[in-house]
Amino acid sequence: MSEFRAGLTGGRSRRGMETSIKTGFFLVACASIITLGLIVVFLFWEGVPIFNRVSIRDFLFGIYWYPTDDPADFGIFPLIAASIAVTGLSSMISIPLGIFTALYLAEAASPRVREIVKPLVELLAALPSVVIGFFGMVVVAPFLQRLFDIPTGLNLFNASLMLAFMSIPTICSISEDAIFSVPKDLKEASLALGATHWETISRVMIPAAISGICTAVILGMSRAIGETMVVLMVAGGAAAVPESIFDPVRPMPASIAAEMAEAPFRGDHYYALFATGIVLFLFTLLFNMVAEYLSNRYRQVGAATL
Amino acid sequence: MNAGKTNITRRRNIERLMFLFFKIAAAVNGAALLTVLFFLVSRGWRAINWTFLTQAPMDSMTKGGILPCIAGTLYLGIGAIVVALPVGVASAIYLNEYARPGRLVRMVRLGINNLAGVPSVVFGLFGLAFFVVYMGMGVSILAGALALGAMSLPVVIGSTEEALRAVPDTYREASLGLGATKWQTIYRVVLPAALPGILTGGILGLSRAAGETAPIMFTAAVFYTPSLPRSIFDEVMALPYHIYVLATAGTEIEKTRHLQYGTALVLIALVLGLNFAAIIFRAKLRKKM
Repeated sequence: MSEFRAGLTGGRSRRGMETSIKTGFFLVACASIITLGLIVVFLFWEGVPIFNRVSIRDFLFGIYWYPTDDPADFGIFPLIAASIAVTGLSSMISIPLGIFTALYLAEAASPRVREIVKPLVELLAALPSVVIGFFGMVVVAPFLQRLFDIPTGLNLFNASLMLAFMSIPTICSISEDAIFSVPKDLKEASLALGATHWETISRVMIPAAISGICTAVILGMSRAIGETMVVLMVAGGAAAVPESIFDPVRPMPASIAAEMAEAPFRGDHYYALFATGIVLFLFTLLFNMVAEYLSNRYRQVGAATL
Repeated sequence: MNAGKTNITRRRNIERLMFLFFKIAAAVNGAALLTVLFFLVSRGWRAINWTFLTQAPMDSMTKGGILPCIAGTLYLGIGAIVVALPVGVASAIYLNEYARPGRLVRMVRLGINNLAGVPSVVFGLFGLAFFVVYMGMGVSILAGALALGAMSLPVVIGSTEEALRAVPDTYREASLGLGATKWQTIYRVVLPAALPGILTGGILGLSRAAGETAPIMFTAAVFYTPSLPRSIFDEVMALPYHIYVLATAGTEIEKTRHLQYGTALVLIALVLGLNFAAIIFRAKLRKKM
């Protein structure tokens, strides 16, 4: 009898322990959300005071960024324009290259070549951004300067080129997953009807994988707009709205990274840089939300929805 | 008949052309990586010698070595992984082993995905506002490691989940069938089976943290410290920040060029070495499973 009871209470305490273990894991799993929440709170905490000085409208659309002048101008429109310009230009390079590489890996390459090329792309993703920035500065910039006979090689084009190679691995690996997960019978049906491999890829596989490919592109762009060291070292640093692709520019992350060390603690400049951080954060949040939406909304479940 | 033949030839040619483009795209990526490595190695290897790796900088950075930077980067990277690995593994265990699909889990996943998308410089701002100022840690290894840890968290969660998913369900069923509780099953069966995969993720997280610059710019890294750090509340020198400062600031940019190449080469060797280890580790693992 007593043994039976011991077993019973043992069972109960075991179950109680299981519940508390589960709760413990859940609480730890919330760490990511809590961190994200803290990031939002502290960005706003340190960034919002600037709006006592300038209106949100003047801050976002003002075209003069002279934070250290007296009186200072806090208009980040040139920084936003620069961020959009480098991201747009780099996507023009990274989207075709990334998707083509993904198609090569998923469809064209022999297994042996694949075993070599895939790790190379992964290693490209592993290169530290400061090293790519350094490379752009000391190797690519002088080269561009001579090639195009321009005053400086540190400009929008160079930064976009470097950023493109930072976002290609993201675009490539997510697109490849999407193409790879297209049901095999779709591909075989198309080939059996006499379509060539390329016709099958362009008219069957890409449409079937389009949501994954779009997610890949958006995440790649999100990586490019938030990347800091490359634009800090390579973009040239002039806070003006770019007029040509060879103009030096100052995207948002570069401005924050370059000026924070000199900005007086909790002065207007400091607040303005945090507010720039808010704008940058909102941009990437938007990109990620769209990617999230696309990957859930248009997920290819089976052959039936095509 | 003839028209049909030229048509199919044309279609074949288009196919060949497109496949050529694919091949070129892949080759461009490979070439980009090899070009970067070629320039760094060919211009950097001469800077690397025993003094460079074991001495502190001298004569306002124009001579001497980078030992404090190597040490600082190791402290920061290891600190980041000490923060991110337990939290990341526990999060992944919850998501993969305990959680039932529903709104709560969707929220947690949304949080993780968005955390993964936060720009590195924003982690720097966050670290400055929260760890350095609000928590009063000052510019220190601790603040930098926490900022880097927060940044690596999604990487660790992602790779741990992948490792847990790779453990066959029959393992879990066998253990539960023998009367083990869920936690006993996870602790004694699932985790040991997933451990190599989890460690691979840990290595990748470490390499990412070691190579990042922006999160430590305002939280941990300084241009020069007179001695190696003695506690986690000291500020440090770090390889990525050292490259940035030598290459962009100061009066002797040209004079220290060989040191910049050397430092970049050491950082690359560290980061790619870790990645290479992870890739080989993972390939061996796949064969075994």
